[in-house]
Amino acid sequence: MDWGSILNNTAAGLLTPTTLAFALAALGLAMHFGFAGLLNFGIAGFMAVGAYGYAISVLTFGLPWWLGMIMGVVASVIFALILGIPTLRLRGDYLAIVTIAAAEILRLLFLTTAFEPVTGSADGLFGYNAAGGFAEANPFPVGDYGFGPWTYNEQTLWVLVFGLIVLSVAVFLLWALMRSPWGRVIKGIREDEDAVRALGKNVFAYKMQALVIGGVFGALGGIVLATSANVSPGIYVTSLTFFLWTALLLGGAATIFGPVLGSIIFWVLQAFLTNVLPALAESGILPVSGIQAATLRYVLVGLGLMLIVIYRPQGIFGDKREMTFVK
Amino acid sequence: MSNNQTPEKATNLHIGKAEPGCKKVDPILVIDNVKKSFGGLTAVEVAHLEIPNGAITALIGPNGAGKTTLFNLLTGFDTPDTGTWSFAGKDLAGVPSFKVAQMGQVRTFQLTKALSLLTVLENMKLGAKNQTGEKLINALIPSLWRKQDKALELRAMELLKKFKLDAKKDDFAASLSGGQRKLLEMARALMTDPTLVMLDEPMAGVNPALTQSLLEHVLNLKNEGMTVLFVEHDMHMVRHIADWVVVMAEGKVVAEGPPDTVMKEQAVIDAYLGAHQDTDLGVVTGRIDIITEEETK
Amino acid sequence: MTRVVDVSNLVAGYLPGVNILNGTNLYADKGELIGIIGPNGAGKSTLLKSIFGLVKVREGSIKLNGEEIAGLKPNQLVSKGVGFIPQNNNVFPSLTIEENLQMGIYQDPSKYNERLEFVTSIFAELGKRLKQRAGSLSGGERQMVAMGRALMMDPAVLLLDEPSAGLSPVRQDEAFIRVSDINKAGVTCIMVEQNARRCLQISDRAYVLDQGKDAVTGTGRELLNDPQVIGLYLGTLGT
Repeated sequence: MDWGSILNNTAAGLLTPTTLAFALAALGLAMHFGFAGLLNFGIAGFMAVGAYGYAISVLTFGLPWWLGMIMGVVASVIFALILGIPTLRLRGDYLAIVTIAAAEILRLLFLTTAFEPVTGSADGLFGYNAAGGFAEANPFPVGDYGFGPWTYNEQTLWVLVFGLIVLSVAVFLLWALMRSPWGRVIKGIREDEDAVRALGKNVFAYKMQALVIGGVFGALGGIVLATSANVSPGIYVTSLTFFLWTALLLGGAATIFGPVLGSIIFWVLQAFLTNVLPALAESGILPVSGIQAATLRYVLVGLGLMLIVIYRPQGIFGDKREMTFVK
Repeated sequence: MSNNQTPEKATNLHIGKAEPGCKKVDPILVIDNVKKSFGGLTAVEVAHLEIPNGAITALIGPNGAGKTTLFNLLTGFDTPDTGTWSFAGKDLAGVPSFKVAQMGQVRTFQLTKALSLLTVLENMKLGAKNQTGEKLINALIPSLWRKQDKALELRAMELLKKFKLDAKKDDFAASLSGGQRKLLEMARALMTDPTLVMLDEPMAGVNPALTQSLLEHVLNLKNEGMTVLFVEHDMHMVRHIADWVVVMAEGKVVAEGPPDTVMKEQAVIDAYLGAHQDTDLGVVTGRIDIITEEETK
Repeated sequence: MTRVVDVSNLVAGYLPGVNILNGTNLYADKGELIGIIGPNGAGKSTLLKSIFGLVKVREGSIKLNGEEIAGLKPNQLVSKGVGFIPQNNNVFPSLTIEENLQMGIYQDPSKYNERLEFVTSIFAELGKRLKQRAGSLSGGERQMVAMGRALMMDPAVLLLDEPSAGLSPVRQDEAFIRVSDINKAGVTCIMVEQNARRCLQISDRAYVLDQGKDAVTGTGRELLNDPQVIGLYLGTLGT
């Protein structure tokens, strides 16, 4: 077993475009569930809308990269409105069911060959980073940057820096919102809508705003992911949503840094397991084949999620007293 | 032996005879032909009811009489099947509950809704109306709402002092006892600067000694010009602070009037108050044989 | 004579590290009606639930007819003769009154007819409406069914958690009279109440709980007329 390479790859997982994309989407989920109490089980759908919105705007409509990204965000706002208007007046469980269905519907729409010219169906979309000018906008000259496991070429560095900037802005926005009177109303709604209505607040409007904002963060996550990899329907599956929930709950659902930390830990663990499990299988310690070992990590993620919810639902950073679902 | 004086009651609130649906000199709530059914069951069927302004009105009646349903209808938490109802002259048909609250009505709930996951101070600040910082865009620019927030904090602390909750301002509401949560809900309701305060069983589950101090707060509301409408089962409380009593049974208003007269009506006694109101149950059940002079005082 | 219930130095609570009861003492002799009153958060319901095994006992002892029962589970306590009537959710709404009463004696069905006669002799109303669905009953009527159910197993002691809560004045009086009737038929009762005055009027002896301790104790009459009790707990409105 090559521990050197295993640890090297694990450490690299600390800072990858996927980690950043995850952190953004988890932040969106924190807005939805942690702060506003909205059950969103379709966050993968918001990521897909952002990613496809960006890619399609560039490839089909010839928009420049930054306008394409804005279009991706606008699309997520529309998506949030479509989801929210019928469901936000109903009980929370309805939003949960609708979001699962909506994310799946989206994925299938992106998958179907009927829209292949625009969506690329199963093959997905690629080449938009070049076509839209994102790659060109790279301010870093050609070369290698960083050290040790964190060595990147100029393209990856650009993607990472871009992702970090977007993440920082998102973290700041969430923090600023939640410490304001607006955030106070949201936290009240999370616990008891009728009490807040009796104080004269338009609960529906607040919930809608929270849904849109969280959705925008999710879309930004999808866009950051799109800058580093291709856009394809196989990414935005339901298990992505549940990975995000795991990362969120691990870090602390109703905190600002919880989603970020949770995502980092999640991906470092994933990197670790992806490297260690096949190695254990090959050296005979695990009685499974190399391929089976790799899929074993999904089992472990599921187990991990269960354990968190049972034993520490407030996550690492969370305050037990602040969680609605902790009795 | 009673050593507290009954507070000064408002009189001459009604026009004509004190009977169900009688008109008031200065009504703040007017209800006309309001009916609400759930499935086949008529929960509320009120032909006419007016609640007097600036006074304390008690709404009493057996469980299932429709009191909470009527409350929900008046505050916009439910809509009647038919009828018109107005608050301070404004028609409330189709007005959602949060808008009714903005108009100057505030209500509390039978099961206290102190927001446990917020601190006491946050609960209080939430109550205030017209906060610039509560609008999404403004929220991002602290300089727009900081000053108002500080002013709110001062007002909140004043109220909290009155209710003896100031020491707990940074505690989560969940850590308060049941009685303290009731106080918090009342204090928070006052932050909305209401004209009409509607309390749904405010003393339920509150022990008698605390009830007495809470009543002082309710009386204070009248002194400060607010109107109070409350639902209660505690007849001592009703007799002590209510200027006017409305009795409901089976969805209808069956009696109206000042507490002393209404609570002597035979129909009200039979259906609601019971014959043993002022008697010692120890005597009724035969558990004590002799009652001395001291024990009756 | 062994006391039916003997609680000494009881320490108990719900959340770890937070004690609601801080060394409470209470006892009930056979045939007594014991009242428990006190301010909110004093631990009245917690005391009752501790006796019934619903709250973990951290220190102290609870004896039933001389036998230590602290730490036993509720179903074990039911077999030993502890009956508990909770404040809410005290009947099975989808079952009839008769079936609810049958649930009360499930541990010893052979005694059903004998006990049914006893219960319906106290609560004639129940006997007349055996086939009625409990869900269709009003709050006060459900209280009566719950009391009947608890009586079916011939309890050594009956624990009542705020039997008059949420009821209109006439129904409250009925509830208190019912508890008195049950007690007169020979059942030892311990009753927690918010309506302190009514509770004291029918109690043989009573305890005032404050901050998790038994602060004052005496006969019902003594406490009703005690100026300190009146000032701190009863208020003067009811006089």
